[in-house]
Amino acid sequence: MAFKGAIDIDKEKCKGCAVCVANCPTASIQLSKMVNNKGYHYAEMVGEGCIGCSSCAIVCPDSVISVYRIKI
Amino acid sequence: MNIEDIKKPENLVYSKTPLLTDAVMHYCPGCSHGVVHKLVAEVIEEMGIQDKTVGISPVGCSVFAYNYIDIDWQQAAHGRAPALATAVKRLNPEKYVFTYQGDGDLCSIGTAEIIHACARGENILVIFINNGIYGMTGGQMAPTTLLGMKTSTTPYGRDAKLNGFPMVIAPMIAELDGTAYITRQSVHTAAAARKAKAAIRKGLEYSVKGVGLSFVEIVATCNSGWKLSPVEANRWMVENMFPKYPIGDIKDVLKDK
Repeated sequence: MAFKGAIDIDKEKCKGCAVCVANCPTASIQLSKMVNNKGYHYAEMVGEGCIGCSSCAIVCPDSVISVYRIKI
Repeated sequence: MNIEDIKKPENLVYSKTPLLTDAVMHYCPGCSHGVVHKLVAEVIEEMGIQDKTVGISPVGCSVFAYNYIDIDWQQAAHGRAPALATAVKRLNPEKYVFTYQGDGDLCSIGTAEIIHACARGENILVIFINNGIYGMTGGQMAPTTLLGMKTSTTPYGRDAKLNGFPMVIAPMIAELDGTAYITRQSVHTAAAARKAKAAIRKGLEYSVKGVGLSFVEIVATCNSGWKLSPVEANRWMVENMFPKYPIGDIKDVLKDK
């Protein structure tokens, strides 16, 4: 069984601390080149490797990440 | 499958708990406080005790904790959270009462309060955030600052001859008969955060069993005070804080029962 996931990030509340980036097992999240209204490089999902493990969301200090997951 | 097709309400597996308010936290990017706040809110939501929980917020960075978790709060004078929690718990014995304190609050000005609350065996949970520095006031040396650690008041590193040795409070209070559960956790990875969440839940459950005081120490980072990026601060914590403050359970009176 495998999983495929996706994340939603509230980019205006993200402070770009990158703790999620360090905790992602599939390197599916990174800081954007763009900035939000506060000037932070917000996190964003990259590629299609996300497995919906929620590691990024659990370590997010500002609780800005929602995780979706399906079985494939 | 398209990413947008996965993002449907029925596939949602993790999102912000409704107990956390929509207020944007004032903490610095990457601060451990945000994670611990979230864990506390999730535990309270899972236990369904939102209307039966009273938190005591300290003085320090987490003084505004009452803005972020939607439960009843009291705000204590500096270091006096265990004393205020004693009063709240004794007047409302059916409530789940916890304090949320940093190392400057608990280990320095509030040392008398925490030790006597432990000695009396108050049925409360104490959540202790230990990042080895005074974060709110600008990164001064705290009692828990490691030897050799640079802070704004020890710019050449903490020197034992001049500044004394770091205070390790968890084993000290483990000697007291009034404590029921003492553990040390961290929140730098998802696995560590899950364990910390289980510890917070256990502490809250013990607080209504009448077995004594529960103490959950979270070894945390202060990346602004440590002058490191959040990710580097987590690494520094693992390399330097963990040898002095090892992770794990120190005492659990109900473990073998």
